[in-house]
Amino acid sequence: MTNTLTDIQESPGTTHASGRPGGRKPGSYTALRRLWPAVKPISWRLAGSAFFALVASVCGLVIPLILQKIIDGPITEKNLSGLWPLGITLVLVGILEGGLYGVRRILVARPCMRVEAKLRQNLYQRLQALPVAFHDHYSSGQLLSRAISDLNTIRMFLAFTAIFLMVNISTFVIGVIILLSLSWQLGLVFVVLAVPLIVLCLLFEVKYKVLARRSQDQVGDLATMVEESVLGIRILKAFGRSAHLGQAFRKQAMALRATELKKVRVVGALWAVIIALPEIAIGVALLLGVNQVADGDLSAGALVAFFFVAMMLRWPVDSLGWLLASTNETAAAADRYFEVMDQPLTVTSPAVPVTLPPSAQAGRLVFEDVTFRFPDTADENKDALAGLDLVLEPGRTVAVVGATGSGKTTLTALVNRLYDVTGGRITIDGVDIRDLALPDLRTAVSVAFEEPTLFSASAAENVRLGHPDATDEDVRQALSIAQADFVDDLPWGLDTRLGEQGLSLSGGQRQRLALARAVLGHPRVLVLDDPLSALDIHTEAAVEAALRRVLTTTTTLLIAHRASTVMLAEQVALLKDGRIAALGTHSQLMAESADYRDLLSSNAYTDQQEN
Amino acid sequence: MSTDQSWRGVAAEDTDELEHATGVKLQARSRRLLRVLARPHKRLLVLALLVVIADQVAALAGPLLIAYAIDTAVPELVDGNGRPLTWAILGYLAAGLISALMRMAFTRLAGRISQNILLDLRKRVFDHSQELSVSFHEKYTSGKVISRMTSDLDAISDLTEQGLDGLVTGALSVVVVAGTLLVLDLPLGLAVLLGFIPLYGVTRWFQRRSIRIYRRTRRHIAAVIVQFTETLNGLRAVQTFRRESRNAKIFDEDNRAYAHANGDVMVSFAMYTPAVRIIGNISLAAVTVWGAVRVVNGQMEIGVLTAFLLYLRRMYDPMDELAMFYNSFQSATAALEKISGLLEEEPAVPEPKNPVALPNPQGHVVASGVDFSYTAGIEVLPTFDLEIPAGQTIALVGATGAGKSTVAKLISRFYDPSHGSVTLDGVDLRDLSTTDLRRGVVMVTQESFLFSGSVADNIALGRPEATREEIELAAEEIGAAEFIHRLPDGFDTDVRKRGGRLSAGQRQLVAFARAFLADPAVLILDEATASLDIPSERAVQAALRTVLDGRTAVIIAHRLSTVSIADRVLVMEHGRVVEDGTPAELIDGVGRFADLHAAWRDSLV
Repeated sequence: MTNTLTDIQESPGTTHASGRPGGRKPGSYTALRRLWPAVKPISWRLAGSAFFALVASVCGLVIPLILQKIIDGPITEKNLSGLWPLGITLVLVGILEGGLYGVRRILVARPCMRVEAKLRQNLYQRLQALPVAFHDHYSSGQLLSRAISDLNTIRMFLAFTAIFLMVNISTFVIGVIILLSLSWQLGLVFVVLAVPLIVLCLLFEVKYKVLARRSQDQVGDLATMVEESVLGIRILKAFGRSAHLGQAFRKQAMALRATELKKVRVVGALWAVIIALPEIAIGVALLLGVNQVADGDLSAGALVAFFFVAMMLRWPVDSLGWLLASTNETAAAADRYFEVMDQPLTVTSPAVPVTLPPSAQAGRLVFEDVTFRFPDTADENKDALAGLDLVLEPGRTVAVVGATGSGKTTLTALVNRLYDVTGGRITIDGVDIRDLALPDLRTAVSVAFEEPTLFSASAAENVRLGHPDATDEDVRQALSIAQADFVDDLPWGLDTRLGEQGLSLSGGQRQRLALARAVLGHPRVLVLDDPLSALDIHTEAAVEAALRRVLTTTTTLLIAHRASTVMLAEQVALLKDGRIAALGTHSQLMAESADYRDLLSSNAYTDQQEN
Repeated sequence: MSTDQSWRGVAAEDTDELEHATGVKLQARSRRLLRVLARPHKRLLVLALLVVIADQVAALAGPLLIAYAIDTAVPELVDGNGRPLTWAILGYLAAGLISALMRMAFTRLAGRISQNILLDLRKRVFDHSQELSVSFHEKYTSGKVISRMTSDLDAISDLTEQGLDGLVTGALSVVVVAGTLLVLDLPLGLAVLLGFIPLYGVTRWFQRRSIRIYRRTRRHIAAVIVQFTETLNGLRAVQTFRRESRNAKIFDEDNRAYAHANGDVMVSFAMYTPAVRIIGNISLAAVTVWGAVRVVNGQMEIGVLTAFLLYLRRMYDPMDELAMFYNSFQSATAALEKISGLLEEEPAVPEPKNPVALPNPQGHVVASGVDFSYTAGIEVLPTFDLEIPAGQTIALVGATGAGKSTVAKLISRFYDPSHGSVTLDGVDLRDLSTTDLRRGVVMVTQESFLFSGSVADNIALGRPEATREEIELAAEEIGAAEFIHRLPDGFDTDVRKRGGRLSAGQRQLVAFARAFLADPAVLILDEATASLDIPSERAVQAALRTVLDGRTAVIIAHRLSTVSIADRVLVMEHGRVVEDGTPAELIDGVGRFADLHAAWRDSLV
């Protein structure tokens, strides 16, 4: 067990690709070994720490030997002259022991924190790079509990458990050697004791790791519920369903409690045996030792020293219980960590990216036979997009219209590769978007989502999200296109910090900020997903007027639900069954397509209502 | 640490929530909470204490028996009498076994107590955060609530798991050993007690220092969690706008600050524990030397000195444990400060103490003399009166900021008015229990958050006891069933995180189905149709005509198509109603609504 950290990492090829729990044999320490690259830079500090801890332990073991000298020397001989040097040695060794324990802690205190921070940073960056499809599946509570609780467990293991596993086992070995040197018969009793101890620990390990993993997963589930309860608070309030969710939360919390109690029971049993074994050994040693002293084979001082050393070995043995528990918890935590780190980055820049041609006559966006199916949909007939062809000439605006669930929103997520197409290809100015470096692609393509996402940062920061270097003037211009001048009325203007998700703003205000963000920086291709849905009539008209100016020079894919939005486009594409069913101008389609009329003509029913 | 934070912008809320209050008061508050949490477990705690005492007595018997073996059994054995030795051995083994069993019992008991306390605390924080009003959550950010319920609770769980053990065992063995030492040899015992003076000193030092640092760690970890959750929840925007590297930098700052604060704690702890150990060792040396003198002078038996030294070691070993306990205690105290702060937050919209029952609401809503301001001094809604007869559908129309949403939030009691009252069937909303209130009033907004689970689960939130047929019927009625059937598993399709696989329009349809299932007397729709496409909107409107029949409804929409189903239209401006009449009357008039309606007709093309 002591070599978990010194073993060199296995070749990365052996990583489990599935990343799913359950398939792996519990009790394997592969995940622990894989921490090595992160730990390597501080390995000498860990080694130093272990070394000093060991020296400190040895100091601790030397103390009884000095006591023996004092008892067998000055006390037995009733000559106090030899007492002082021994007494002073005792003080010095005592200070050394304490001091070294301090040094060993200081050596690893900050480095271990840095390792934890590094692992967390790596996880965060990995999560940012992982595709949206991954995030659709992993609840963020599970991810959060990995980033916080599990990494905390790993850090504690490095700073403490790993070191003391080594130190305590070494101390035990040294202590037993001292015992053997004091009296080999007595020492032998302790050696024999080690055998059942090791067997027991191995049995324990298997049982405990399963529980440790279960508990960590349950902590993650609980975090997910907590997060949803807070993010969905308005819904819960609106329906008075807090108690309903509270019940589910209780059930989860009770399940976690049950697992924890099981863990406690396993540890309790282990502990009982671990404590009982040395006591039995000491009892037997007492029997033998007293006999030996009585026979004159052993000095009284040696017997005292023997017991003192034996007592001091209790801590290394006793501690074995929770050191093992903590090691198993860490192995499970590392498993969970690598489960996420091993997730493949499916949406990445190519090895040799192509650059886009210069932007003079730029922005030709072409969908060629594009199909898309959500990763978890097995049925081939449930393709969200099935052979979609569409060409957007540079500077043109095409509106995409389709019924609910026809795949419009899916389409918007493909252009900047939030998801990758499962068939066919999308090109910009003749280049397959998968051949572009991701940052280049995402600079060229800007998106305003149906649901605006704002961050708890200043209004300016939110608008500048994709272009941190944009000048104030650019920001102003973008804001005026989106008719988002209301920011000037905020208490600190552009510097006003928007609450989380911008919830202090109205839906229309959020939408306008998101629109301003999208148009900032003159993207080659603009994707607007129903960008005006939350605006009132007058604002909508004003935004449309301003947008028109921008759209004349920018290739724009516009998802539209209303005729007024469609009017921004030169061409309209009707999306049906994952394909473009009709293409033309608004009036053409109104005249030719019944589906289209059904989707867009609101006059029909308002008239009927007013009758 | 002094990095540029200007990106976060300016806000009225202080980011160092609670930090300005005096530390003493905070600690008192968190300890009070700890006591409240421990109180129900008094019996188990007493039992645990007894078990520990038994454990300690058994463990302490060991050195005494060894002393007895050396001082008495050896001479007896030399004289040929083996019986004292036999007794000593048997006694020692018995003590060892008892100690082991007691340890096991204690581990289980302590585990049970700490798990119960944690469960209790989890429930409290969860329920309380649910009770707190929407306005609180909008200011506090979800990340901070999450960090209260995750990492802060972790700190407390560390304390209860390891700390309880350390405290009880440590404190008890120190007391028992100190007592035994005084009995064994009074002068030497007193000498040992002298060592407690510097011990107290270093502990105070550590206490003062660590609590300050631990507060910092709590604050930084909260910042880390806020950044983490925000990034994951807004991932599409993050990737689209290439925010990754900037985010990584921001996260790195928070993460480092946290690591640094944590490092500070560990360094302090690395100074504290050796100090304790050194004090113990010096005591040991002093006792040895002085004890040797006393033995040589015949004032003490050598066996007693041996026992004394063994005890002394035993006293300072648990001191380490005590130090560890103290460390996790300090960490938990800082966490408890934050948690107790959250628990102390008064809900701005509290549950009534003596609710008035309203089992069968009719939907007669009256707002009289109501005014409202989010922050004192800035009035959003000047004094406002409104009566909606049961069964009437009204539409609120007006520009952004006219106060429509505020009216909706007051009627649905997301907020309480600053003055005046809102009543439902003559009962003040503040006097209704949540159950009765939500049987009476339900609001659907444009925000359509979905919880993890199936589509059916999400609709059922409207009325958890509804049958599957009722759920499907509700979806059918508003025209959501069609797209739901096309999902891979129909109503049982997992909506994925936050409904990620559904479009905003689809989510809004689910939200509608949920509201219809809830079947309230008063239905409030605040821009609830904004993301719907026209056929869906048409279906919803057709459904509304039947659903709203005989039901009170307040509709806020900028799409006047939705407004047209209203019996009555109120045009609002700057928090006042400036026009009030039937849609037809207003359209034919010359007021603002006539203008709006004309503009809207034009927009339809």
